[in-house]
Amino acid sequence: MDLSSISPTLLVASLMVAATPILLAAIGELVVEKSGVLNLGVEGMMIIGAIAGFAAAVGTGSPIIGFLCAAFGGAALSLVFALLTQFFLSNHVATGLALTLFGLGLSALMGQSYIGIKPPASAKLDLPVISDIPVLGPVLFSHDITVYIALALVAAVWWFLKYTRGGLILRAVGESHDAAHALGYKVVKVRIMAIMFGGACAGLGGAALSLVRVPQWTEGMTAGAGWIALAIVVFASWKPARVLLGAYLFGGVAVLQLNLQAAGVSIPVEYLSMSPYLITIIVLVVMSAHRNKAALNAPAALGRAFHASR
Amino acid sequence: MNIKTILASAALAMTAATGALAEKTKVGFVYVGPVGDGGWTYEHDQGRKAVVEAFGDKVETMYVESVPEGPDSERVMTNMALKGADLIFTTSFGYMDPTINVAAKFPNVKFEHATGYKQADNVSVYSARFYEGRAVQGHIAGQMTKSNIIGYIGSFPIPEVIRGINSAYIHAKAVNPDVQFKIVWAYTWFDPTKEADAAKVLIEQGADVVLQHTDSTAPQAAAQAAGNVITFGQASDMAAYGPMPRVSSIIDDWAPYYIARTKAVMDGTWTSTSTWDGIGAGMVGIGEISSAVPADIKASAVALRDSLADGSYHAFTGPLNKQDGSTWLAAGETASDYGDGGLAGMNFYLEGIEGDVPN
Repeated sequence: MDLSSISPTLLVASLMVAATPILLAAIGELVVEKSGVLNLGVEGMMIIGAIAGFAAAVGTGSPIIGFLCAAFGGAALSLVFALLTQFFLSNHVATGLALTLFGLGLSALMGQSYIGIKPPASAKLDLPVISDIPVLGPVLFSHDITVYIALALVAAVWWFLKYTRGGLILRAVGESHDAAHALGYKVVKVRIMAIMFGGACAGLGGAALSLVRVPQWTEGMTAGAGWIALAIVVFASWKPARVLLGAYLFGGVAVLQLNLQAAGVSIPVEYLSMSPYLITIIVLVVMSAHRNKAALNAPAALGRAFHASR
Repeated sequence: MNIKTILASAALAMTAATGALAEKTKVGFVYVGPVGDGGWTYEHDQGRKAVVEAFGDKVETMYVESVPEGPDSERVMTNMALKGADLIFTTSFGYMDPTINVAAKFPNVKFEHATGYKQADNVSVYSARFYEGRAVQGHIAGQMTKSNIIGYIGSFPIPEVIRGINSAYIHAKAVNPDVQFKIVWAYTWFDPTKEADAAKVLIEQGADVVLQHTDSTAPQAAAQAAGNVITFGQASDMAAYGPMPRVSSIIDDWAPYYIARTKAVMDGTWTSTSTWDGIGAGMVGIGEISSAVPADIKASAVALRDSLADGSYHAFTGPLNKQDGSTWLAAGETASDYGDGGLAGMNFYLEGIEGDVPN
């Protein structure tokens, strides 16, 4: 065992990359749930984003176009969900599950001819001098663009929900759609926009996986990342800052357990492999241990269908 | 026309149809990954294509890709047998028990299981001596590493993989006494995400050579991104990543074996056998050693390959000790294939490798 071979700097730098796909998907889902919609199709939208972004990047040679197409693809799939739940008033849970299954199948079909292909490399931030600062350079200033997009999105969502009128309307719709409707807000319109934002974020998260983190396309490559994102939103009690914490914690333990394995720590590999799931959930559960507080934080109209009958 | 005649003519038509089909030999393949993985499954599918090429109209092949190891594979095999397959190749270690189970239900169908050790009257086993290729890898890796740290991505802790680690290690150690192996177990044959993560971690911990016993090209991509890290193609040439990071490769060539076994079924001469061929028989190939390797290292690697091929050198030649220091092979002794301490059941590291074999 040789723990000194683990570099904390590189560990932090790589946990940020490892956590980015989940963070993107989770922050999108947070907005969706804040509007009172429970979309369990995150996994499906992520993988559609992964293949749409991959195909576009390979086709055009530009990772940026790939990311845009990934966001577009995720949003397009989420529109199916929006149509079913907002106009046909279908059950959110069942529709979301169906969306995940549909996304996994459709992406496998779309990806048939993309297995084993190399995508174009996406540019890393490389500022002269600043990127070379010891410790801070590798941690803060030498990442792929998606890492910064994810962090900016978390900040933007926090600010939007807390300080803007739009955020207030979104939360009102999520807390009591009947009251929001009575005040004249377009509940369905607000929710569709939230669903599409969630879809675009999940799609972007998928592309962060297929274009940056791996970078390759394989069937089912999200491997449950969408479900982790969903769990993180709940355990973070719908707070953007805690979503960030949860995602980085998960990414951190995931990277750390591989580091420990490579350093020859004599903990059975099976325990190390389950540790990211276990530790993330335990920490977030402990943080939201106040039963009443956590329950109060859940959007009151979460998962309830809205029909303007009155 | 009453119902009886309809049934009778339908039955007649079916007999005629099966009669026409029976002339074709049906060969099924069960794959653990997608045919486009660029590694293990890709090479098995090349073997399948060679069978089609060799026999043309006389053979019909079918395959199912990305079949999970374990019980679900029984369903796939049973389905193939019910579709009239005469010969079924099951191409991953984890299909061993399912193959035996399904074979017992279809005594007239011949089965060929890759890399396993359980035989039956209608089940043959076949594998390649990948560890001979690993010896050449270790020989090159030990001389190419500057950090003296070699990363190794293991799939599952089964004898085939452990043999590879041991073989690569002793041959790296022979040319570089300071060499150290860092091993990460991915617990998958094919998962680019996990493989890429494992490769990145190994590189971050100082490895400048990454060896992989998993099937995707993701570790190659990770090494390429890192810049000064070398890799070896696994199961397939992975030439797209040459000359750097991929400096050479182990190539599995199943085509001659698949053609011979299909021929045996056609001729009615098929019997249950155990085949384990290496570089000499051509089942294991060493891919082109790239220009990134200095000429003298390349020459000695080629010499090692040739001595393994003509049998003048065995990859496991004593004196070799087990990890705990006890003697495994005395000086000059070579490892036997089977029996106690045999290669087929190798489940221990050799002296000098750190860490434990997970169980």
